Amino acid sequence: MLMPFEIIETIKMIQEENLDIRTITMGISLRDCASSSANESREKIYNKITRLAANLVKVGEDIEKEYGIPIVNKRISVTPISLVAESSDEENYVKFAETLDKAADAVGVNFIGGFSALIQKGYTVGDKKLIASIPEALSSTKKVCSSVNVASTKAGINMDAVREMGYVIKKAAHLSADSGGLACAKLVVFANVPEDNPFMAGAFHGVGEPECVINVGVSGPGVVKSALEKVKGADFETVSETIKKTAFKITRMGQLVAREASKRLGVSFGIVDLSLAPTPTIGDSVAHILEEMGLEKCGTHGTTAALALLNDAVKKGGTMASSSVGGLSGAFIPVSEDAGMIDAVKQGALTIEKLEAMTCVCSVGLDMIVVPGDTSEETISAIIADEAAIGVINNKTTAVRIIPAPGKKVGDVVEFGGLLGSGPVMKVSKFSSKDFINRGGRIPAPLNSLRN
Amino acid sequence: MRAVITVIGKDKIGIIAGISNILANCNVNILDISQTTMQDVFTMVMLVDISKLSIQFSELSDQLESKGVEMGLSVRIQHEDIFNSMHRI
Repeated sequence: MLMPFEIIETIKMIQEENLDIRTITMGISLRDCASSSANESREKIYNKITRLAANLVKVGEDIEKEYGIPIVNKRISVTPISLVAESSDEENYVKFAETLDKAADAVGVNFIGGFSALIQKGYTVGDKKLIASIPEALSSTKKVCSSVNVASTKAGINMDAVREMGYVIKKAAHLSADSGGLACAKLVVFANVPEDNPFMAGAFHGVGEPECVINVGVSGPGVVKSALEKVKGADFETVSETIKKTAFKITRMGQLVAREASKRLGVSFGIVDLSLAPTPTIGDSVAHILEEMGLEKCGTHGTTAALALLNDAVKKGGTMASSSVGGLSGAFIPVSEDAGMIDAVKQGALTIEKLEAMTCVCSVGLDMIVVPGDTSEETISAIIADEAAIGVINNKTTAVRIIPAPGKKVGDVVEFGGLLGSGPVMKVSKFSSKDFINRGGRIPAPLNSLRN
Repeated sequence: MRAVITVIGKDKIGIIAGISNILANCNVNILDISQTTMQDVFTMVMLVDISKLSIQFSELSDQLESKGVEMGLSVRIQHEDIFNSMHRI
């Protein structure tokens, strides 16, 4: 029999410490929706998504009610559209994005990911068209998310793609200037992208994935912070042990929900992604976990070490709890979505340079960073190149989700609303990277021995 | 199928009566009850069998919740597995 204190612990995690299932994401393969007729292809896409995901939201809500655990988002990820659309002769893929948007509306999910291309080694015709369509696609739709993989440890860094993404991001910001450049918040540039990540904006359904799959993202920075509050001043073994135990409990719950959802939907169960994903709500911050470890402000010296410990302990606890851990699994450090990060930037404790160092040891990269609107295309590309290099050399996923907010300067704050939060505009280097970025070509794949 | 009902709030007369009345009406059997006061907060945990439940689970959940509001308490019912998954290997 369960002990009352155990039951109360779980309830406290949910009620007071913001433990939730952050997302149930249904991955849907659209590979059979390609057609030489673009209209026919779009019809197939719409029909397939609305058929397979018809009950997704309902099932999510039922589980939420029965288990008493909030399921914040229900989402869909699809095969990279560049692969599906390129059989058609259409030049511009914006209509494909509109179809995804419509299908997402029809089934009631809040985001659909997969307006994506994988170009770490080079472009196909479809990749080119898709990337050229991204700015308009993201500014004319509400729910579509886009991601582009520009580098991998095996292929190196496609610097032509890195250069182009600088222009794509600037244009997307320009086209959504009235909302602070919101389109850029739905666009992620990856190195070593995972193909089963349930979290937006970077989710898509990889080519090695099954026909249809349920992936679940669990979160709970507040739970970890509150567990650490109970071991104030203890040594790092204790800190690590505490995080591991907490991560274990959270992941077990995620696995239960994932299995239940896939059973009820008649779809195979993919992975559980335990990522400490912050929200702007107070008590749901990764920065505050780092500060709980003894740092006065997130971003000060010691932050990278604290984050490394946190990320590793989360992974260890998670992998012990489920044999199906995947996706990104670790700690996210999106600036605009984390009350503690926002505060640290405002107080001058956290800079882009420090964030870059932090991305070497955590699960994603420079995430939801707002920079001045007059930041050049080449500077944005250079920021992407730096992140890609960290990912490629260290065999890990890195990403850049950056918003050059039109008309904004350092010190301004851009409001995105909802889970995307509000981003203080951060300073970038005033020195140019133009000639470096304009070289183009590919940075070769790195050597994997002689690692020093 | 079993579920856990938790009642958290200020102790008063008629809590168990109020809750068990709802349960009896929809064919739910109480398997175990334990109650404690933790940090001045009254906590009651009830393990129930819902395999012969005569109404929808969501309806029962709503009924318990509104009973809670009426008595100034937080009352929730959750499937037992959520706790087992977290606390039992």
